[in-house]
Amino acid sequence: MIRFTALALGFGLTAFPALADLKQAVEGQLTPGYAAFAKASADLAAVAQMDCTPEAVRPAWNAAYDAWLSVSFYHLGPVEEDGRALAIHFWPDPKGLGAKAQRALLTGDAAALEPAAFADQSVAARGLMGLERLLYPEAPLEGDACPLIRATATDLARMAAEVNAAWPGYAATLMTAGEPGNAAFLTPQEALQALFTQGASGLEAIVDQQLGRPLGSFDKPHPERAESRVSGRSQRNVVLMLQALRGFAAALDDKSPLTMVAMDRAIGLAEKLDDPAFASVGEPQGHLRVEIVQQAVKAARDAMIAEMAPALGVDLGFNSQDGD
Amino acid sequence: MATRRAFLAGLACASLPRLSWADAGSPAYLAAGKLGEDSFVLHGISAVGQSLFQIDLPARGHAAAAHPERPEAVAFARRPGTFALVLNCVTGLVSHRLTPPEGRQFNGHGAFSADGSVLMTSEVIAEGSEGRMGLWDATSYTRIGEWASGGIGPHDIKRLADGRLVVANGGIRTDPGDRTKLNIDTMRPNLTLLSARGEILDQAELDAELRQNSIRHLALLGDDVAFAMQWEGDEAEPVPQLGLWRPGTTPRLCPPTEADAFAMQGYAGSIAAAGGQIAITSPVGGVLMMFSDQGAPLATLRRADVCGVARAEAGFVATDGQGAVWSCTTAGLQPLSHQATAWDNHLIALG
Repeated sequence: MIRFTALALGFGLTAFPALADLKQAVEGQLTPGYAAFAKASADLAAVAQMDCTPEAVRPAWNAAYDAWLSVSFYHLGPVEEDGRALAIHFWPDPKGLGAKAQRALLTGDAAALEPAAFADQSVAARGLMGLERLLYPEAPLEGDACPLIRATATDLARMAAEVNAAWPGYAATLMTAGEPGNAAFLTPQEALQALFTQGASGLEAIVDQQLGRPLGSFDKPHPERAESRVSGRSQRNVVLMLQALRGFAAALDDKSPLTMVAMDRAIGLAEKLDDPAFASVGEPQGHLRVEIVQQAVKAARDAMIAEMAPALGVDLGFNSQDGD
Repeated sequence: MATRRAFLAGLACASLPRLSWADAGSPAYLAAGKLGEDSFVLHGISAVGQSLFQIDLPARGHAAAAHPERPEAVAFARRPGTFALVLNCVTGLVSHRLTPPEGRQFNGHGAFSADGSVLMTSEVIAEGSEGRMGLWDATSYTRIGEWASGGIGPHDIKRLADGRLVVANGGIRTDPGDRTKLNIDTMRPNLTLLSARGEILDQAELDAELRQNSIRHLALLGDDVAFAMQWEGDEAEPVPQLGLWRPGTTPRLCPPTEADAFAMQGYAGSIAAAGGQIAITSPVGGVLMMFSDQGAPLATLRRADVCGVARAEAGFVATDGQGAVWSCTTAGLQPLSHQATAWDNHLIALG
């Protein structure tokens, strides 16, 4: 009845052919993704310095937002330090914390906009969503928005540069999983599982947040809750996030055809919506169309878990799925 | 093993000296886990994180309660629980099997009275989830009575040094047949202080806007009860997962730093307190957060699927669903051991 248990030893990277795919997911997608986001954010900050009018800044803001969405699903490593991911993309914000904090910054002491001081401002006030409220205001802003636009863009560029600079160190931690001295990932399989979980969670977030929040229920839809509704990016965000997740999943395991088919179907349906801000979820037909996309993303996640997880030898976590 | 068996046989023949925890290898902790696809076990774990013994369980476990003197552990099934097993941790044999009375379900946690004579089990009436503390004679393990827990869906219970009991009534009514939550819109969790005879001495609730924060797990530190919560409301709202309650006063909430407002993803799975610090874990967020005994955030440590946590000689020991046992201090995590058992929700400190 009593068995004495031995330590399981870490396996070398070569023991699992699938682990070569870990390298592909990291170097093929995340490393260039962070570099592109850092570049686009730096460009945005530079544009804002030259001309801070919303019309001038919007294209660079959209480009930085696009670049972020190629890595936004991924939450491990430098992005999760110092609340960076939270500040870069603070959404959803049902209590309007961001707008409230920004009102204080628009009318308050300009010293708060100095880079060091601004980095300590609320995560809700900063980042892409902070800029969106300034570039696409729904009501006239109090005071001059220009200094806050510049400060927010500069702060975003700082965070993007920090993530990009710290990323190679974390990538090395992923790649040396299971080697002596690596206390973050005790086996290569743990690193693979961590990446797989990021992919599955990314799909879940699209289902619950980007699509689920505006959908609400059939009887009580919430078009006003759509992400980036004011800039008309709600649909675009879903498409870009799905494309990033498809690329990531394909890098992790290119031999899971059902998952790829399900992902492609979800992307195709999302692209065909023709409902940029999900305004139509307030009507029965529009609600149904967005709900069909939601079901397709759910199906892609189910396929990933049913097909890819066993192929990679990973699961979603014993306790995290429990709920007690 | 042969030597050990001979030793045990010898014990059985001789006039039995009373067995103690030392005879079970002096484990510092108990933890349930899953081995392979469908095998469930309970381990005794040393102070430095090594497994000392492993005992089979008939189904998924949750937490355990250790007898204060005898090397006897009660392993509780995951809720809705239909069994609790009294295990002799020296022989690995099940000495008693507890089944809740008709219409009752175990809820995963329990505690012994200070003198070890009574086992108290966290239970619900299956229909309606009204809470009960089941009382069992801890020699014969027969049912001797029950008390009201003071709320719906009690989960963790802790005994204070003076014999009083604190109950975390999670407030969630569940389907009698499964774990479906039935009253999320109207749930009202509370903390209840019971006398050693089961009278309700004090109760505390959270403010109305936090009533969807299910109070589920408890740790004692001095005169305070630290409690860990699971948020059932909108996941976009930043709410604290940790609170402190001194009976007779209003509970105090302990939010993390703004940067870590969503690091736990609204979910605390376990809590422990020791050495002037509190640790809470979130397997969903993959973090262990450390706070001061006043509730000030000290450190956020990251590890996928981390859940079990208990006091250690320095800092805390934590377990995860990937089979690792960790030493945790504000300086970081250090692996102590790693093996095939996926550790379940709780790590129970003995003694």
